[in-house]
Amino acid sequence: MNSLHGRRRIRLSLRLGAAVAITLFFLFPIYWLFMISFKTPDEIFSYPPKWYPGQLQLGNYAVLFKDGDATAVWHSLVVAGGSTLIAMFLGTICAYSLARFKTGGEHLANWIISQRMVPPIAVVFPIFLLYVWLGWVDTYVGVILLYTAFNLPYVIWMMRGYILDIPLALEDSALVDGCTRWQVIWRVVFPMCRAGLFATAIFTFVFAWNEFLFALVLTRTEVVTYTVQVTFYFGGQSNFWAKISAMSVLGTLPIFIVVAFMQRYLVRGISLGAVKG
Amino acid sequence: MAQATAPRQADFADRNFKYFLVGPSIFVLLIIGIFPLVYLLVVSFQGITMTETDTGFVGLRNYAHLFHDKRLWEALLHTVIFTAIALPLELVLGLAMAQLFVDRLPGRAVFIALLVLPVVVSPIVSGSTWSLLFDNRFGPINQIIGWFAGHEVPLLWTIKPSLVYPAIFAAEVWQWTPFMFLLLLAALANVDKSQLEAAAIDGAGWWRTFFRIVLPAIWPVMAVAILIRGLDLFRLFDIIWALTKGGPGTMTETLSIFTYVKGFQQFETSYTAAVALLIIVLLSVVVFAALKRVELAR
Repeated sequence: MNSLHGRRRIRLSLRLGAAVAITLFFLFPIYWLFMISFKTPDEIFSYPPKWYPGQLQLGNYAVLFKDGDATAVWHSLVVAGGSTLIAMFLGTICAYSLARFKTGGEHLANWIISQRMVPPIAVVFPIFLLYVWLGWVDTYVGVILLYTAFNLPYVIWMMRGYILDIPLALEDSALVDGCTRWQVIWRVVFPMCRAGLFATAIFTFVFAWNEFLFALVLTRTEVVTYTVQVTFYFGGQSNFWAKISAMSVLGTLPIFIVVAFMQRYLVRGISLGAVKG
Repeated sequence: MAQATAPRQADFADRNFKYFLVGPSIFVLLIIGIFPLVYLLVVSFQGITMTETDTGFVGLRNYAHLFHDKRLWEALLHTVIFTAIALPLELVLGLAMAQLFVDRLPGRAVFIALLVLPVVVSPIVSGSTWSLLFDNRFGPINQIIGWFAGHEVPLLWTIKPSLVYPAIFAAEVWQWTPFMFLLLLAALANVDKSQLEAAAIDGAGWWRTFFRIVLPAIWPVMAVAILIRGLDLFRLFDIIWALTKGGPGTMTETLSIFTYVKGFQQFETSYTAAVALLIIVLLSVVVFAALKRVELAR
């Protein structure tokens, strides 16, 4: 009995040890990125490498704000925020129609989700040529429109799932009570799937916030997002490492904070709703 | 009589209403769904390049060139290699991790919350981070290898042909194994415990239990995870852009990077259109076949 108990404890400590090792491995690159952003140039380029900065100095961030590079984060916010709002509104009413009236049947639903899977490079090329013609390259309108279009399938697909989870009886009784169709959506459906709306909006925002290829092609100077700004520092000289890391942290930290509050919805959010978690 | 017509009128209103709700989304989706196809099709039959702006039609010249373009087919091969190696790697590692964390463990929630982080980092940021980690002199990876080797190891991870693939796999697997882990963890947690106990009582071994009970139970989720990751890998761009930009030479060039270089650096507009169409056709076939098998729809 005692030896069985002992074996179980050894097993548990082995598992715990493995868990710690794995977690350290996955956290180390993030740790390193954050640490570089706090290092002085001398510390960044010291050999052998320093595993932590001498002090948490914010000089690297100050440079980004002084040079105006930090506006890239603002551009990311406008682009991701704008496209999320539009996609959420259009996508949710579309999802409602698909969920409740089976509009277009399976074919339309499948077509919509397949739009999520088209290769971005093949889409952005003709879009770029169109934007050159329209004068939309390097404008908020152009980037927000493409992000909206690319995130719509995700919003529609996720919200369709969340709306299907709501009992139909509530909407029926609201209709019987004399609500119009719009009132049913605003007063019954939206409040009922508040959590789903919120979770979907967050993930849509994160996708747009982290997007790189579209922004690389469609922005130049006016609406450069933080992901593109990071690549501007590639291959440069000395203090560019500090800029890469500080800019990356500015873009990554908000996402970490947001996701920390979204744990419950994470699995459903990243599995396109296939796993309800 | 009035009762008979009232519902029909409501029906009619509903029918308009439901299309009204769908309309704006469909319109926006057509921008990426139909317009590019039509535009690519037209441009691919023209002969536009950086120096040639004549929009006259040149027939199938661009398509004929597709077949002779060694660099294109190599890019396709690289894409297939990345997918064929990274996907199983992420799947197996993710599954092993999920198995480790599925049972009770002190601090389990904290571990999982931390392991999630790589998934939400922008791929361009994780690529940049790994390029800093891989730096031959100031990066920690060569330093750690040096401890084991007992002397300095100035390995050029992002430049040396024999090392670029391992470097890209490291970054790719680091970022997306947690994705597989999260999905498979959720799936494993839903496996019927009573079946597992019954199997244990019957004396079934671990492998037997896994293949007979666990795998069939988690397969629907696993299939979705494979589909999502497979498609992402097929359009791999960001991580490689940050690490090697497709180099050395064109050694790590994927279809996405090849298309980008052709279209936005060499400005072979019409040929790029043909390449983009080829990619869409290739992927549509895969997606179509996959969607039919995978239970993404409810």
